[in-house]
Amino acid sequence: MDVDLILKVYPHFIKAAWVTVELSVLTILLGLVCGALAAAARLSRFAILRFIGAAYVSVLRGVPALIFLFLLYFGGPQIGIQLSAFEAGVIGLGVNIGAYMAETMRGAIISVDKGQAEAARTLGLSRFQAFRKVILPQAMRLMIRPLGVNINAQIKGTALVAAISVVELTYTAQRYIGSTYKPFEMFLLAGALYLFIITLTGKGIAYLDRKVRLP
Amino acid sequence: MANSEKFVEIRHARKSYGSLEVLKDISLSVDRGEIVAIIGPSGSGKSTLLRAINDLDSLSGGEVWLDGVQINKTLGHREYEKHINAMRQQVGMVFQHFNLFPHMSVRDNVTMAPKLLKGISDKEAEALAIEQLNHVGMLERIDYYPSQLSGGQKQRVAIARALAMKPKVMLFDEATSALDPELVEEVNQVMKMLAEEHMTMVIVTHEMDFAASVCDRVIFMDGGVVVEEGAPEQVFRNPKEERTRAFLRKHLSVHGKG
Ligand SMILES: Nc1ncnc2c1ncn2[C@@H]1O[C@H](COP(=O)(O)OP(=O)(O)OP(=O)(O)O)[C@@H](O)[C@H]1O
Ligand SMILES: [Mg+2]
Repeated sequence: MDVDLILKVYPHFIKAAWVTVELSVLTILLGLVCGALAAAARLSRFAILRFIGAAYVSVLRGVPALIFLFLLYFGGPQIGIQLSAFEAGVIGLGVNIGAYMAETMRGAIISVDKGQAEAARTLGLSRFQAFRKVILPQAMRLMIRPLGVNINAQIKGTALVAAISVVELTYTAQRYIGSTYKPFEMFLLAGALYLFIITLTGKGIAYLDRKVRLP
Repeated sequence: MANSEKFVEIRHARKSYGSLEVLKDISLSVDRGEIVAIIGPSGSGKSTLLRAINDLDSLSGGEVWLDGVQINKTLGHREYEKHINAMRQQVGMVFQHFNLFPHMSVRDNVTMAPKLLKGISDKEAEALAIEQLNHVGMLERIDYYPSQLSGGQKQRVAIARALAMKPKVMLFDEATSALDPELVEEVNQVMKMLAEEHMTMVIVTHEMDFAASVCDRVIFMDGGVVVEEGAPEQVFRNPKEERTRAFLRKHLSVHGKG
């Protein structure tokens, strides 16, 4: 193993890792927004919203994220959508992970005991008040860990944008392999950095989960 | 108007789930301050009837009135939501499984709805929590969470939560059925206290002794109809109907009193 080479190139990898972090944060935020909207739509009392929510979830979960990304980036200009590779990466992967997060959130919401909503409604709370004061706070606690699984998948999923030449960790590793012919060292370095980011995130999620746990 | 006499009135209540008729034209009324027990075999429609009073389960037909106002009015969705939320504030309900809010302290369980719906101040809310929890003997647990309470304590907090809305009537659906036997009495005591305060109550129960000692009237339901109703002494000692006798024979003998 060429340790000298690793020591020489790692600052570039750190810089690329920051792009991966940036992509992760943006796609996860977009995913949370899309997920919350889709979960709300799927639980709506209006059939049309339920249909739209369900369609979003099944289409995005039924198409490889890479195909969706290519469709957006390469196919977009054909229908008048011009996006930079970075923008396409954030939007494509964010909308994609949102479909999984929608199911996570919906699952947490419907697993709150039905008696909770009944008790709230019996006191005179509206549907919305019951949701905000009683259902959501309990569902939020239930969804932290499963959302952590989605987040973990999404951080690793950012590697896909290497295929549209966003200069993040995976793309950087590939580029250095081209000039150094040392794939073992380069992928090892990239892998170690992914592991670091994911471990740290996992710790953060576990901390959050402990912090909001009920007595 | 006739309904000013009848505090709670159910007129020709019908309820079906698909082809299953759960309530078959039930009419009954409860006077102000009256305490009525509903007894009957499992599946006879007791919970369905009780839950129809605050429209938690909507009737397929018939009317429910409270203090001169129809609860299950026919209105557009939005108007109905407003109407029913206002009506439900006047109807307290206590469930078999307590349904306390696990993410709120005992204090917040009691004050959340009054704060949200009546806009009372934090100071008034605190006074209300103290008053209501003191009433059910749970004041020293005001900072606890539901998971830190016994079943009997949970149910007493649930009663305080319902009372904090100052309801006109209290509905109990087998409030003691999920409790360990030794915890039943503390909840019964609270209900007896409410009876002494002349709270209007409709109590679905399997406890015949409690019904006999606390209630003014007993209603025996079977198969979605009221089979028999009357004063506890009459229904329990001299039931007129064979179905009532059969039920009581079975039920009282379970408790070794046959
Ligand atoms: N949501 C529902 N869908 C279909 N059937 C229902 C529903 N809720 C209740 N039922 C049926 O209605 C009948 C009456 O139920 P209900 O809960 O009112 O009985 P109950 O007298 O309260 O019985 P228990 O003493 O067991 O609580 C039962 O046959 C029950 O299976
Ligand atoms: Mg029942």
